[in-house]
Amino acid sequence: MAAAAARTARLRTALSEVTLLRHLVGAALGLLLVVLVLSAVDDFRRVQLAEMAYLGIAAGGLTVLTGLNGQLSLGHGALMAFGAYTTALLLPDRDGVPLVVVLLAAVAVTVVVGALVGVAAARLHGPYLAGATLALAVAVPGIALYFKETLGGEQGLRIIVPEAPTWADDATFFVTGQDLTPRGWIAFVAWLTLVVTYFLLANLSRSRVGRRWRAVRDDEVAAQLAGIDLARSRVSAFMVSAAAAGAAGAVLAIAVRLAAPSSFTLNLSLTLLAAVVLGGLGSLTGALTGAALLTFLPQVVTDLGREAGLDDIAAAELAPLVYGVVMVLVILLAPAGLFGTAHRAVVTRRTRRALAARAADGRASTGAPTDGSAGPTDSDPATRDSTTTTREGAQP
Amino acid sequence: MTRRNTRSPRSAGLTGLAGLVATTLVLTACGAGGRDDDGDGDGNGGGASDVGVTEDSVTIGGHFPLTGVAAPGYSEIPTGAKAYFDYVNANGGIHGRKIEYIVKDDGYNPTNTSKVTDELLLQDEIFAMVGGLGTPTHSAVVDQLNAEGVPDLFVSSGSLMWGDDVEARPMTFGWQPDYESEGKIIGQYVAENMPDAKVGLFLQDDDLGEDAEKGVRQFLDEEIVAVERYTSGNTDVGPQIAGLQGAGADLVLSFNTPSYTALAQLVSMKLGYKPKWFVASIGSDPNLVGSLLSQFSEGAIKDGASALEGVMTSEYIPGTDQTDDPWVQLWQKVWDEHGAKGELTNYRIYGMSHAYAFVQALQGVGEDLTREGLVEWLEENGEGLEGPQLAPFRYSADSHMGIAGMRLAEIKGDTTEPLTPVLVTDIGDAEITEDSSGQADDAPPESGIPE
Amino acid sequence: MQQLLNTALGGLTLGAVYAAFALALVLIWRSTRVVNFAQAPMAMVTTFIALVVIDAGYSYWLGFAAALVSGLLLGALLERLVVRHVDGKAEINAVILTLGLFIVLHSLAAVVFGNEYRSFPAPFGIRGFEVGDRTIALTGFGVFTLVAVLVVMGLLVLLFRFTDLGLKMRASAFNAEVARLLGVQVGRMKTLGWALASLVGSLAGLLIAGGSLVHPGYMDSIVVYGFVAAVLGGLDSPAGAVVGGLVLGLSLSFVSGYVGSQLVALAALLILMLVLMLKPGGLFSSTTARRV
Repeated sequence: MAAAAARTARLRTALSEVTLLRHLVGAALGLLLVVLVLSAVDDFRRVQLAEMAYLGIAAGGLTVLTGLNGQLSLGHGALMAFGAYTTALLLPDRDGVPLVVVLLAAVAVTVVVGALVGVAAARLHGPYLAGATLALAVAVPGIALYFKETLGGEQGLRIIVPEAPTWADDATFFVTGQDLTPRGWIAFVAWLTLVVTYFLLANLSRSRVGRRWRAVRDDEVAAQLAGIDLARSRVSAFMVSAAAAGAAGAVLAIAVRLAAPSSFTLNLSLTLLAAVVLGGLGSLTGALTGAALLTFLPQVVTDLGREAGLDDIAAAELAPLVYGVVMVLVILLAPAGLFGTAHRAVVTRRTRRALAARAADGRASTGAPTDGSAGPTDSDPATRDSTTTTREGAQP
Repeated sequence: MTRRNTRSPRSAGLTGLAGLVATTLVLTACGAGGRDDDGDGDGNGGGASDVGVTEDSVTIGGHFPLTGVAAPGYSEIPTGAKAYFDYVNANGGIHGRKIEYIVKDDGYNPTNTSKVTDELLLQDEIFAMVGGLGTPTHSAVVDQLNAEGVPDLFVSSGSLMWGDDVEARPMTFGWQPDYESEGKIIGQYVAENMPDAKVGLFLQDDDLGEDAEKGVRQFLDEEIVAVERYTSGNTDVGPQIAGLQGAGADLVLSFNTPSYTALAQLVSMKLGYKPKWFVASIGSDPNLVGSLLSQFSEGAIKDGASALEGVMTSEYIPGTDQTDDPWVQLWQKVWDEHGAKGELTNYRIYGMSHAYAFVQALQGVGEDLTREGLVEWLEENGEGLEGPQLAPFRYSADSHMGIAGMRLAEIKGDTTEPLTPVLVTDIGDAEITEDSSGQADDAPPESGIPE
Repeated sequence: MQQLLNTALGGLTLGAVYAAFALALVLIWRSTRVVNFAQAPMAMVTTFIALVVIDAGYSYWLGFAAALVSGLLLGALLERLVVRHVDGKAEINAVILTLGLFIVLHSLAAVVFGNEYRSFPAPFGIRGFEVGDRTIALTGFGVFTLVAVLVVMGLLVLLFRFTDLGLKMRASAFNAEVARLLGVQVGRMKTLGWALASLVGSLAGLLIAGGSLVHPGYMDSIVVYGFVAAVLGGLDSPAGAVVGGLVLGLSLSFVSGYVGSQLVALAALLILMLVLMLKPGGLFSSTTARRV
């Protein structure tokens, strides 16, 4: 028995090392791809990609919180505001603080806020948590209005983005033969932040911490019996998620060159939630899929509307209309999200094939795809579905 | 913990992510194919044309809230401008060029403004931004427009930022009178004509209220007994009006948008509060506010316009109520011929007035249209621009501030009666003087297109 | 003194409106265990329907009735066609679904009814009553609002506590399978729950609109404050919703009048957090969290 346990532990360490390596390779490849693509596209696409990056970063954080830990947040847009305002306060002029420091500071401030919110949220469930975070989303912009002197009121704080360092400029020229444009530099910073964030989130969700989050999500009682501190697990998930939101806020502020209260309305929070759900709850790839959809869809729809002869106002309303309809349809037809559904189809096919192979071997297939998670009992319909769609955890 | 958690889906996820990134990025890369590669963005070689200008067209853009809570009202402004540009195009355009006007929705959210401005600059390749609306929204893009040398004309907002610092923002031109000057003119009038008034301020809590208060306080200070601010979006102004009433204010100077004028009137009616009102130009729109108030039941208000009977206001362009003004007649004709659905409103007139000024500049610059040339022309000729504005623009090499002043008036029946001649001033401690340019008396040319 | 009184009375009327909206949320929560974020735009749509009727020259009350009936139908229709499909799925699915409906209804209304401010009439007068030589911030319509909210609350208490139907509705929401075994037509109960909730929501929409301005986004702030009010009271209790609404309305009115209107939302957050820290299930919660 003890030997078996030791073996399991060893296996687990080995596996986790492999995981880390895999994620590292993935991150490096991702970064390479980012550099290649960013240098291949024009400035407008870079702007759009930067937008996709900050939405993706925040959605990645949210998907960890909601998908893995089961806490719903309607207030992540407000958390982004903390990152954005920190950035704005640190970058009032061109000789401001180095970008890395700015990003880290934004993350740090937001983590502190996230911890506060998390402590409160840890006690709340379902609609009560939704209500509290909803109130958070609408309350935060008011702070900037009240402290007009330091936070700039309705007009917000303008941000002077430091120019790209010469090494980046040189490296870009060396690799691509072009000069680095300001927009290219911002897009690069945005995607670098995304890759780093996703790398950290993926590792974290594979780690013991991540397993605890899932255990808490799946069954509180069982998790508690297994010795997991519910509140601590919840607060830690909230802090990690807030960290991502802070980074996203900083990137947004740099991309927009402004931190203003009207950027952080309830709409932003809902957009993030939509991104997470559209792509597939609990999966980082899903979060990125959702972010891509929400970045590119509105413009495409508006342009189509205009081409179809709608006036400007009707065409503009078309974008939210389509995005709402897509949200409803995804929930009705593909509740695992666009990426999740596609992914599940692949897995199912593979499992079937494996089963067929095993049956052909003449072995009894009693061990067919059971899942051993501490998870949900079937008597609890409320959690059953969420866990089947998200059991895989955050896939990088 | 579980077998499935440490098994193959991970690798599927990894490839999934890489695949997704690749697909998105490649797709967007492909999307870039349609662009022409030569020399976008920096055509400042002094040639005959510039970005967004061809033999037979000039492309311009603007950002406005077409969706969301700020859309009611403001979304009408670009429809007015569009109608006037269509009118000009139908009459052959300017120097053979048709004006292509691209309107983008930013939902009054600076993040979106930044996004759609990039779209306008990089994808639609506009020659100039015309009439971009809102202080926080336009703040997000003003530096970028200036850094890239894009003319940023006639910003739809009265913030000082659109003209007080020509060195920092050489391409940006304001349009309407700034809120500070308006505050000054109103403040001086009250100080001279109603010295015993107990003044209350009802302010929108942003640059509008802030700048206006600064202006008013140059002339009134001890007279001000209460300052109440409302946050745009919060429609319950009951506590603010109760505050003004509680402080005993018998003259309320209000700097707010038209819907808040209506809300403030409704609450005052509820509270039985009857001060004298002075509603700044931005919020007075007698027809709009009147029609909003006219609906209320039990005959409390029967006739629309009388809802605002006796309210003092300021005006810097003629509005829909002045049907015999030649400019309003021109706007009516343009709207009848080229307008979308709906009636001619003051928001639409506002958009048309922008458009008129822009067309005049195009006309003036001549066939060789460049961004620099346009800005130079405006700096040299801006003060003499024709148009519906009652006072001249302040454009020069040192200032890009918009219309210099306004006339104070009182709402009587369904129109207004002047209280003062046209008064002009500037920001800071510039004096307030009577306008001698005769700007208020000009009329549009027969064709309706500036010559 | 007058300012204090008027701020309080204004807050009370506003609180009644939040309460009305919170009642709709409580109703839907008790009968289907869903928090309906689309409640506000649904009410906005029915209010616009009333406005169409009134603008066509019919009386206020006909518009009023039209709004309530269309609310009933809209609720039933949405439940049957859309919401039913997420029954028994994860909680977040329903949340996202109603948020999606929120966005759809919003943009549809902007296209159909136009994105502009319009005034909405009110019966019983919109001038404050005169007490002595003072006018106080309580109008005939305000009284009507307060009475309507209390009546609806009473009806809901009666429905859930004393009628067979109410019991069935609660049972369907609480445990659909057991209810089904006991012969309750769970599907119908849920449709009914949505229809009734949407009716109450429409009423809230009319009460908010009365004597004020409407546009497609006019209910947006009510989504937040109505929801906060419902959560304050504990989502299960009609009385809690009313108390929550009134407490919130009063507090926010004072914050707006004496501190600053920018901080209204922040104050709502603080009040909510304070209450939830002391009672995580709201003021009127009867159930306690499961502990090991």
